[in-house]
Amino acid sequence: MSETAIEFTDVEKRYGDVRAVDAISFSIRKGELVTFLGPSGCGKTTSLRLIAGLELPTAGTVRIAGENVSTRAASERNVGMVFQSYALFPHMNVIDNVAYGPTIRGGAKKAAIERGREILTLLGLDGLEKRLPSELSGGQQQRVAVARAIVQQPDVLLFDEPLSNVDAKLRRRVREEIRDLQRRFNLTAVYVTHDQEEALAVSDRIVVMSQGKIAQIGTPQELYDRPSSRFVADFIGDANLIEGAVSQNAFTVEGLSLPLPQPAPDGPATISVRPERIALEKGDGVSKIRTATYLGSRYEYIVDTPFGTVLVSAPISLAPLDRGDTVKLGIAPGGFTVVEHA
Amino acid sequence: MKQVFRTINQVGGLWLLLGLTAVLILPWYKVAPPELVSGGALSDAALFQALAGRAWLWPPVLGILALAGLRVARGERWQADDLVLPIAGTSFLFFLFQAFAIGLRGPAIPALGEAFPAAMLGQTGLGWGGFALGAALVGIIADSLAARGFCRGERFGANAVIFVVALLLLFVFFPIIRLASAALFTPEGVFQPGVFIERALAPDLWNIDCLTGGSRCGVVINTLILGITSATLSTALGLALALLVARTGFRFKGALRAISILPIITPPFVVGVAIIVLFGRTGVVTGWLDMLFGIPPTRWIYGLPGIVLAQVLAFAPITFLVLLGTVEAINPTLEEASKTLGAKPFATFRTITWPLLRPGLAAAFLLAFIESLADFGNPIVLGGGYDVLSIRIFFAVVGARYDLGNAAVLSIILLTMTLGAFWLQTQWLGRKSYVTVTGKSDAGLAAQLPTPLKRTAYMVVIPWVLFTLGVYLIVMVGGFVNDIGRWDLTPTFRHLNTAFSFEIGERGLQLFGSAWNSLQTTLLVSAIAAPLTTAIGILTAYLISRQSFVGKQAFEFGTMLSFAIPGTVVGVSYVAAFNIPPVDITGTMAILVICFMFRNMPVGMRAGIAALSQIDKSMEEASQTLGANGFTTLRTIVLPLIRPAVFTSMVYAFVTAMTAVSAVIFLVSARHNMATAYIMGRVENGEFALAIAYSAVLMVIMIISIVLIQFLVGKRQLGRRAELQSVTAPTAAE
Repeated sequence: MSETAIEFTDVEKRYGDVRAVDAISFSIRKGELVTFLGPSGCGKTTSLRLIAGLELPTAGTVRIAGENVSTRAASERNVGMVFQSYALFPHMNVIDNVAYGPTIRGGAKKAAIERGREILTLLGLDGLEKRLPSELSGGQQQRVAVARAIVQQPDVLLFDEPLSNVDAKLRRRVREEIRDLQRRFNLTAVYVTHDQEEALAVSDRIVVMSQGKIAQIGTPQELYDRPSSRFVADFIGDANLIEGAVSQNAFTVEGLSLPLPQPAPDGPATISVRPERIALEKGDGVSKIRTATYLGSRYEYIVDTPFGTVLVSAPISLAPLDRGDTVKLGIAPGGFTVVEHA
Repeated sequence: MKQVFRTINQVGGLWLLLGLTAVLILPWYKVAPPELVSGGALSDAALFQALAGRAWLWPPVLGILALAGLRVARGERWQADDLVLPIAGTSFLFFLFQAFAIGLRGPAIPALGEAFPAAMLGQTGLGWGGFALGAALVGIIADSLAARGFCRGERFGANAVIFVVALLLLFVFFPIIRLASAALFTPEGVFQPGVFIERALAPDLWNIDCLTGGSRCGVVINTLILGITSATLSTALGLALALLVARTGFRFKGALRAISILPIITPPFVVGVAIIVLFGRTGVVTGWLDMLFGIPPTRWIYGLPGIVLAQVLAFAPITFLVLLGTVEAINPTLEEASKTLGAKPFATFRTITWPLLRPGLAAAFLLAFIESLADFGNPIVLGGGYDVLSIRIFFAVVGARYDLGNAAVLSIILLTMTLGAFWLQTQWLGRKSYVTVTGKSDAGLAAQLPTPLKRTAYMVVIPWVLFTLGVYLIVMVGGFVNDIGRWDLTPTFRHLNTAFSFEIGERGLQLFGSAWNSLQTTLLVSAIAAPLTTAIGILTAYLISRQSFVGKQAFEFGTMLSFAIPGTVVGVSYVAAFNIPPVDITGTMAILVICFMFRNMPVGMRAGIAALSQIDKSMEEASQTLGANGFTTLRTIVLPLIRPAVFTSMVYAFVTAMTAVSAVIFLVSARHNMATAYIMGRVENGEFALAIAYSAVLMVIMIISIVLIQFLVGKRQLGRRAELQSVTAPTAAE
């Protein structure tokens, strides 16, 4: 993993006074699947469209495969894109859809059809060549859209919220398929989603965005275990944000004192603790279970503590606790991250 | 084909090639100018004219040559070079400057004559070379803007935007500017605002004697009275029709809708003629009334009553369609709610339905008002002594006393009135439209019309239906009987023979009829104009709904504006603008086609915008990421999906070109006469039967053509899911 496929340098996209994308820089390696994750309006779709060439940056440079493509239209770049609505051409059958790119890029129609057939076979769509998009199931439509996008061996394959039109039950399977396909063809892929679980499941790396800026870039584990800000901690998974202070290399708040892994100066600070990193021990303590919820795969407790309410997730195997029980909280040394420190 | 484009792109693009051709090969002027060197210049192309002494042609010539040099130096992506925009821009400005500064009789500014002695001889209008160079420079500017990221870097999009803007400027705004200057300047170019004010305030325009018991009113007052009367009656009739169709168990709804299409394919004048045949002094109905009730025949129909009658017949279908939309958009649950609260049917109508209808009524009224102001065909046939602005303008240009200045002043008054009404309409529709369509399905049933209202509606509608039937009966029969005017109903083909006699003899097909010439021109012009109008209309729709560029709102407003300008004003403004160099195209067939293109494009544009809003935008984006440029995307993806809009636009453009009169009446020439102008001549001569026969032939041709266009454009066939797909299109792209 060395070659850079995509590189953004101080890329900005403005609409009037609104900065949809605000001077972001990052790079994506060849063969990597990177996800843009964030709430709606954070600039993730705009960033994807900047790669595609469907938007051009108002400042900064976009490089694809080493080439500066900042002012190049989509049709002059070599990218494949799978749209949220799939955007299959309704007046063309499957094979014409897939062969569309090679045909209009000037290739011979026959060769284009041949190439299209190969891709369809690879994606398990044989026999559907003559069908219209309206005669396909949702899953088939999506695979045709993918086939159409990769038929020209693009420098990068872009997915714009590809699961939003898929039944909730099928989502896991479809996202496995996408991941599998990306690995099989060793494609560089960029994936946009607002669903953090989806992002954690498919990505090599995740770019978390907020208000047009990059909040954090990292592998799923890094983002989950070591969020760099309140926003990231809160957006990815559930997080208990506890406000307190650092003193003598430990985070302290009433009823809690956690030694820091690395020494740090004194001052107010906030830590993030994942719900499953908190252990509850029944007995006399200052904390009290406010609600206990059985979720099938685990228990979820909301606990009143001297430093506020916290959410705790406990495996089903442990003895269940009841509303009103008093408990003691335990947080392992590596189970928390300082997300804010003055 | 693809290969040809690729090769052209490799050598520097279509525009550079066109530019080089324009300055090196094509004749620069429409008519070769006087020779400056003995033996004449080597050729009529710009380079040689510049060498021969017309030094003001050097900037554009050198500009193109410099751009060609850049292409050689910079390679295939030369348009991105920083020098391209300044060079092309300056050349274009110099090009425009010389074209306008040196006229037919020499330079407009004396200093130019001193700098270039040759300029004193003047120059004629631009020819192929001049127009081609203009287009080439505009295209190169568009390409270089695209290379800098304009229109998301899409060359086709950038070219389309720049060209549509340039064409609108040239063929909509420039004529209006020339019109204004014709009103403010003497033909010698002396500024004289006093004359303008004097003409604009002339008493024969604003006199209100007729309101205070006198005999005659000014032309402007006449026009307003006609507009208000005709719009009020059309709106009332349209409302009655809409309520009958939407809110009663009326059985002949389909027939009513069919009748409402008739005025669209009715040539002008023929309704007026039919009305004269029915109600004129020697008219059929007049005769019966005299015979049965002893009512003496008068000339009452000539003047306001006749014009109003004809206009209401023509405009009621328009107001009907507008109001039907409004009535059907009223959420029935509102009326049901009113009833459950205890309101009687009439109270519900008065307190709920009527207020909800008001915005629609205003829209319909203003639409009919604008149409009435712009109408030319009915007042000229039925006007008698009743003078309105459009007629006065016509006679100022075409009449014995050619007075473009006065025509321009009158045109500006008429234009101000229509634009005012148009502005009111957009304001009204923008703020006051109570949209009650929520997107949720409403289970309620529309309230039936209260009985007294229903009776009133029938009482209004039935005479209208009888009248319409009478008029169209005359139109159908009148051309094929001996003398419809005197009710001599002996069948004959002699009128048709006068117009369309032909012989197939040893010398092949020979056309003798007096109407053949105008029919051929009309068909040719309409057949050329229809696809071009559609092309520019749909292209504009595509730009407005799909491209983002600086100044888009102004662009949209400009296109709508061209819709609001009355035909008469367009005609006069074209006379003012295109009768003299640099764009000297009057008397050609091109000016007829151009006139139709820009007058009729808004319909295609609206249809296109409506159709495009139903189509998922990401389909086009998909096409682009797959490597298709804007043009290929438009051709292979967008057009096949919006065929119904293309059909609508084609039909409208074709039919209006066949029946239009107000603008073209100024632009026809002996060589290129149009059917409507021919018919007008016959009506003026009192040859009613011939006019009617010709109109009937035109209507038959139009109906056949509509069927033919439908066959050519074809029907859209899409699966159900495809439509669903476009409905579930992403709504919140970030």
